[in-house]
Amino acid sequence: MQNSAANGCDMSSLSSPAPSLSVPGIRRHPRALVAAVVALLFSGGGVMMHAESQPVVLALLAAFVLAFGVSDRTQIGREIAATCGDYRGVANGMALLCALILIVLFHADHYALLMLSTVAIFSTACIALNLQLAFAGIANFAGAAFFVVGSYTAALVTAYTTVPRTFAPLIGAIVTGAIGLVLLLPVLRTRGHYAALVTIAFGVLLRTWLEVNDVLGGPQGLKIGSFSIMGLDFARLKQIGPWSVSFYLPYATLSVCMFGLVFILVRRLENSWVGIALDVVRSDETAAAVFGLSIRLWKVVGFVLGNAIIGMAGALYGMMNGFVTPNGASLGDSLLMLSIVVLGGIGNLWGSVVAALIILEVPEKLQSIQEFRLLLFALLVLVILLFRPGGILPRPVRDLSRFIDGAPK
Amino acid sequence: MDIGIVAQQLFNGLMLGVIYSMIAVGFSLFFGVLDVIKFSHGDVVTLGSFSALGAAGVSGALFALPPALALLTGLAAAVGAGALAGIVIGRILVIPLRGAPSINVLLATLMAGTVLREAIRLGVPNGGNPKPFPALLPSGMINAGSFSVGIDSVIIVCAGLLLVVGTHLFVTRTRFGLSIRAVAQDDEVARLAGIDQQRVVLGTFALGSGLAAFAGCMLGLYYREISFNMGVLLGIIGFASAVVGGLGSLIGPIIGGFLFAGVQTLVVVAMPISSAYRDVVAFAVIIILIALFPTGIIAEQRSERV
Repeated sequence: MQNSAANGCDMSSLSSPAPSLSVPGIRRHPRALVAAVVALLFSGGGVMMHAESQPVVLALLAAFVLAFGVSDRTQIGREIAATCGDYRGVANGMALLCALILIVLFHADHYALLMLSTVAIFSTACIALNLQLAFAGIANFAGAAFFVVGSYTAALVTAYTTVPRTFAPLIGAIVTGAIGLVLLLPVLRTRGHYAALVTIAFGVLLRTWLEVNDVLGGPQGLKIGSFSIMGLDFARLKQIGPWSVSFYLPYATLSVCMFGLVFILVRRLENSWVGIALDVVRSDETAAAVFGLSIRLWKVVGFVLGNAIIGMAGALYGMMNGFVTPNGASLGDSLLMLSIVVLGGIGNLWGSVVAALIILEVPEKLQSIQEFRLLLFALLVLVILLFRPGGILPRPVRDLSRFIDGAPK
Repeated sequence: MDIGIVAQQLFNGLMLGVIYSMIAVGFSLFFGVLDVIKFSHGDVVTLGSFSALGAAGVSGALFALPPALALLTGLAAAVGAGALAGIVIGRILVIPLRGAPSINVLLATLMAGTVLREAIRLGVPNGGNPKPFPALLPSGMINAGSFSVGIDSVIIVCAGLLLVVGTHLFVTRTRFGLSIRAVAQDDEVARLAGIDQQRVVLGTFALGSGLAAFAGCMLGLYYREISFNMGVLLGIIGFASAVVGGLGSLIGPIIGGFLFAGVQTLVVVAMPISSAYRDVVAFAVIIILIALFPTGIIAEQRSERV
């Protein structure tokens, strides 16, 4: 048990504690295999971000569907997937390494770096939505609205205060978390569809308000100053040593780091007693109350923390783009975020990343479908909801059997 | 303030209230029989107004129908298209997803709404821009001092009120209405009593969606302009009205609809300069009302099995 807690990463894997592998290669070098799989997936994502021609994008999509089918339907595929689940530390570390390698490779390519940062930032926000929806059990239909609140906060901080810009995302997180706390008061008093209405109403309210008031720029929105850390202004960075680099390079690095930190935080929460408490409160409030768990407390923790992360991601996104408008706060954008969570598999953090990559990037790359983008997207979500209700990567069931004395490790 | 202007605003509020109620009643009906929120409802409203526009336009051009007949054709097309959309969505989405988590159903119906909306935008010629709606109602004015109102508006309000009352009578007085209420009360017992549940569910979807499509026609006739994305906000308003009124009852959504319209009108009357804030205030009131009445003003009656 000590060991397992120290590892911290493999508690909730679906596979049996001692997987009996039939393919010898997997048994002999599991870590190498996991690293190779992650590297392969990231190089696929990297080529996708870089690709210019539509056939390449389509071929990559086909390859992705094929790989997904193999890992889902065949024995060896399932074993590889299970091994990745068992060696999460290796997989996550390799993922960070691959993301950084991609940034180095793309160092002068504005567009690819912008895509990479966008996916990283939206994945961060979607992990936060996961925290709210999958763990705390509160459906947030105003995700994009809170995201934009973070951006507006960053705009105000950079324009009207002398606070160092390094802290703008942090202030965005605090403001968004506080608004979430106020909004939670009505949510806590009710349930289900009644609770959903509160966030929907807030989203519409905020968007309309941002559009009609003049103080925050009305429909034109506001300019946001760039991020800077220890005197290094991200907007001015054009050169590192002998290499000329893209303006987006520092943002890509920062957003990948932010994603990594948030990922570790949420994964730790999920695997700790906090995650267990959240699971109990969500799945059966009555039982949770019987065991003395405070339903309100855990919902507040999950929702406010999730909102703060969304606000931080929004602030960074705003600073990267340099402006914010009320358009991003619409119900449609909130639904897009929520769809990423549901498509990826509610509660599965890497699932959100995969879904974010597909949903944010494929339409950008397939210009010919631009007109039909929303229609195809909606149909895709419907098909997945009907035929794979758990999402692309369903959340593994929490398996605590290894905590029982005598159970095989 | 001039009494005429007050009367004018009251009439506007009544008008909006009728339309919101007609949309909200659908939410309450669906929630009653299947415990689901059908979020494509707002886009069914749009579908209704576009079907009416198309049918009235085509039949008017082909057969040179008088406006009254063109209007009837348009209404029939709208209600038919709405009811059909309701049945299709119910059959291929909502019934198969019955056991799924409610977030999946919410998202599925929202996406169905997006499909409808995008289909209208891409399918109708020049569908991305607002379309003028023909004036099919008589165009006289009724004047009383500073109060003046078009005969067409009066007809719309009366028709809407009649329809809302008619729906209520249909659900409370007819045999089919009885089976709707039976399924809503306890679907297992209803099945034991020999009620074809699927028929009732699909019938309810047709009824609610037909009402929404009718509301879409009324909107077109009132504003004389429709656009492919007008359903989004209307759907949210209808949902908000139904939830604030109380999802479990049939009177609740009607109260909620008039309440929402009342708040909007009040904001316009009280702050004529900042009438753009009417939705902001209305939704803020909705959030506060939910905090005060967690299960709607007409509280849902349910017991918790422990």
